[in-house]
Amino acid sequence: MRSKQAPRIRIWDLHCHLAGLAGTTPEELMAELIRRADRMGIERVVVFMGFPFIADPTPDDLRRQNDQVLRALAGREDRALGFAYVSPNHVEASLREIDRCVRDGPMVGIKLWIARRCSDPQVDPIIARAAELRGAIFQHTWSKTGGSLPGESLPEDLAELARRHPDTPIICGHTGGEWERGIRAVRGLPNVSVDLAGSDPTAGLTEMAVRELGASRVIFGSDAGGRSFASQLAKVRSAALSHEDRSRILGGNLRAMLAPILRAKGVAFEP
Amino acid sequence: MIDVNVSLSRWPFRRLPLDDPRALADALRGLGVVRAWAGSFDALLHRDVAGANERLAADCRAHGDGLFLPFGTVDPTLSDWRDDVRRCHETHEMPGLRLHPNYHGYKLGDPRFVDLLDEAAGRAMPVQIAVSMEDARTQHPLVRVPPVDLSPLPGLVEARPDLRVVLLNLPIPPRTGPVADLLATKRAWVDTAMIEGVAGIERFAAAFGADRLMIGSHAPFFCPDAVPLKLQESELTPADRDAIVAGNASGLLWIP
Repeated sequence: MRSKQAPRIRIWDLHCHLAGLAGTTPEELMAELIRRADRMGIERVVVFMGFPFIADPTPDDLRRQNDQVLRALAGREDRALGFAYVSPNHVEASLREIDRCVRDGPMVGIKLWIARRCSDPQVDPIIARAAELRGAIFQHTWSKTGGSLPGESLPEDLAELARRHPDTPIICGHTGGEWERGIRAVRGLPNVSVDLAGSDPTAGLTEMAVRELGASRVIFGSDAGGRSFASQLAKVRSAALSHEDRSRILGGNLRAMLAPILRAKGVAFEP
Repeated sequence: MIDVNVSLSRWPFRRLPLDDPRALADALRGLGVVRAWAGSFDALLHRDVAGANERLAADCRAHGDGLFLPFGTVDPTLSDWRDDVRRCHETHEMPGLRLHPNYHGYKLGDPRFVDLLDEAAGRAMPVQIAVSMEDARTQHPLVRVPPVDLSPLPGLVEARPDLRVVLLNLPIPPRTGPVADLLATKRAWVDTAMIEGVAGIERFAAAFGADRLMIGSHAPFFCPDAVPLKLQESELTPADRDAIVAGNASGLLWIP
């Protein structure tokens, strides 16, 4: 009797950058990103922020960084998606960028980094605008032993944000960095999913996230090019998971989250 | 495949999915690992490193059907450390040593460390130096251990033709500086565990040569599947791949 083989898992990567790759132009960097993604069997990558990284971008910086991503996406829409880089230190400019890049452009979400902690209500208009467009909302968090950066959100900050917006899905970037604290901070908030990207491939991360949050709230991301696709995929491949849960984490959850905006934009994709 | 960086026993701060040596052996064999150089997590914080080494040797004999090769730990700040080296070499027949200077609180310029290098070189025992065990950003707040400062090492290795050193858990180093100088001696290697960034192995090989790199998983602390995936991500010539996967490590211990 032939054994029944599990269906191939379609991998979507929530968290990629153009920085850290071989190349100098957005087009070259995207080509390199996709070339390496191909080697790893990754179907789509989500890209945000341009290069070099700017911690507290001015309105001009935001526009320039988003322009770099728009250039990189052009012609590669079948393989790549983009989130607009925004900042609560420039709310009006950020709202304009959301309109330009998400409402009127090809991007499907927003990225908030380390300009200001997300517990600050100043970020609320940005969250509301992204939610209105059904764009994904990705907030970087990193709880660091020895202290995080002044504007860097802790997972506890993100929990505060998520409580203020209980009907809005929010992604907790890096699972809070120190992930045992991060998972605990958001586990009571069903509107929060965690991004597995950008930390060492420490064994047990994915297992704890699935145990505490359920597989439907865990999303694979790599943080390439600063991180390898490989080490980040290993977090999911090494974990003892059912095929169904692994499939959700590696792509199904992200596709489900983005489905409304992708459909609204007429982007072809298989759910 | 030879994995030069695994550990047995328990990580002090959390249970790990593969911290049972049988489970670890199964996982490594499933990835094609035929030999794994094993240290002990106990050696990080236990003062009785002789006891940790004894258990490590016993575990390596008891599990994995010859998969695990024990690399005992010596702390040169402890009295009578030379007898620990002797026991590792003569009693437990360990092929090499794994040192944790940062967890044991000494610098590489410390004369006791220099004596330890001489002792190891005299016994033809390669010395592994674990540069770090964990991202400093995620360490327990009461046990913060910075990475080892390697700056004295190139001179020490240069002056000791019989000494061989393997650095564990080191990110891709700058093209100039202590690690570059160390690798230029051709008597030092780096493992892949913390080589990061897209195509990290390929980039390291281009910068320093594939002959300076060995496979290290840092399992069970790290997910061992990162090893084959990192190899898949990098474009390597068959010769370079063979060297990284097994040739460099087997050449160091003169074993098939």
